Amino acid sequence: MGKTIINVGRPDKLSFWEKLYLPEIIRGLMVTMRHTLTFPKVTVEYPDERMEVHPNFRARHRLKTREDGSLRCVACYLCATVCPVQCITIEARESADPEIEKEPARYEIDLARCIFCGLCQEACPKDALELTPAYELAEYRHSQLLYDAKRLKTEPEVLPTKKELVGR
Amino acid sequence: MNTTEILIRVIALVIKLAVAILLTTGLIPVLIWIERRGAGFMQDRLGPNRTAIGNISMAGIVQSIADAIKLIFKEDMVPRDANKVLFAIGPMFALFAAVTAFAVIPFGPDVHVMGYTISMAVADLNVGMLFVLAVSSFGIYGILIGGWASNNKYSLLGGLRAASQMISYEIVMGLSLVGIFMIFGSTSIVEIVKSTDKTFLWGLLLPVYQLPAFIIFVVALLVESNRIPFDMAEADAELVAGFHTEYSSMRFAMFFMGEYVAMTVGSALIVTLFLGGWQFPGINYLMRQNQWIGLLCGFMVFMIKLFVILWLYYWTRWSLPRFRYDQITRLCWKYLFPIGLANVVVTGIVLLLIQKI
Repeated sequence: MGKTIINVGRPDKLSFWEKLYLPEIIRGLMVTMRHTLTFPKVTVEYPDERMEVHPNFRARHRLKTREDGSLRCVACYLCATVCPVQCITIEARESADPEIEKEPARYEIDLARCIFCGLCQEACPKDALELTPAYELAEYRHSQLLYDAKRLKTEPEVLPTKKELVGR
Repeated sequence: MNTTEILIRVIALVIKLAVAILLTTGLIPVLIWIERRGAGFMQDRLGPNRTAIGNISMAGIVQSIADAIKLIFKEDMVPRDANKVLFAIGPMFALFAAVTAFAVIPFGPDVHVMGYTISMAVADLNVGMLFVLAVSSFGIYGILIGGWASNNKYSLLGGLRAASQMISYEIVMGLSLVGIFMIFGSTSIVEIVKSTDKTFLWGLLLPVYQLPAFIIFVVALLVESNRIPFDMAEADAELVAGFHTEYSSMRFAMFFMGEYVAMTVGSALIVTLFLGGWQFPGINYLMRQNQWIGLLCGFMVFMIKLFVILWLYYWTRWSLPRFRYDQITRLCWKYLFPIGLANVVVTGIVLLLIQKI
């Protein structure tokens, strides 16, 4: 984000003014005072406001659907094969649609194991799987992190990024 | 002394004690809050602002109360091989010494009640400043005893580091005040503040007249209260916590409180000795009009000055890197000590010249 890098060297010899130390202390104090009076601060007060992540941010998966609402996935197992941590479980069955050969009977992603590398979404030939920026995935139980097709189908809710609570 | 005088003096003493204890221990939550929020602001953060009782957060001041509750309910651990008695006495000493030193600091002008003059220091000693120097040295015992009784090498080393630096700077601190004693011809803090009126621009000229002494005193107080840039005792950035490594719960909190009270007392000393305490232009007029309003204004002025100096503590803490150990002792013995001596000599000569003219 356009941060400039300042190389700070160590001077070989200090001048008399610097050796006095006191003026340099005052200079240092002025730096902190400038920062004290600089607003706004960089803090993001997390539950009330959130950092805006890049739209390509890789977090919770989403299974895309066709226009009629059925999964675009054709149960080709490519994602399950490419997954480095083997967190994707697929069970295939014959599709009712004569145009399409297979569809997943079961499609589960274990988010507790997922490393969000995004290889599954790259491997998918049907563009049926994508990683969304929804990163708030904490749950109380491991079993709740086992996402089935029904949960993976849902659009992740858009969380507010602006501050809602005031007066803090 | 007749009965009414005794009664008035006792009531006044109780009120003064309450104010003194409130100003020392009662101020600690506020000080911690200022420190943490101030540190946050200096580092472009917000600092703790989310702790709230119900919906009352008071900009985060509740955080200090939460900290206190946490410390009270923590388990009080005593190491198996520790000296149990000394282990208990250490933190008491640290806090006791710091709070007691506040006794001689006046926080307002004298008031007259039914013909009796009541000074606004808990104890108006004629050797007030010497008392402060003596009592604040007790704080070292607290730290040393705590470090030794823990039976832990880190604690012992931390205690030693603290003790050696504090003892060195005690001398410099006393020396820097000699100039002030010479100017006012008194060691009573109450007298010194009373004399700091128009001739010294209500205290504003004193740091100018005694600039070397002022700087030495501020530095020495920073060392005495073990704050960064002189926190060799604790060095929390890279060492084990130092003398309070083995302390937990309220015993640790007492060391902590001792440090903060020492800061308050140190700031109060700077304010009373060098910045004129409760003096401000027009206080004499106010006192003649209504002494209670005068007292209140004097107290407010004292508090404002106190907080300005306290802010200086935090400001330096979050701005400066720590001194190396040899640098601290060199600064003390090779620079501050000679400057302090020279200050005494020059002050003496100037005072003599003024008397001759």
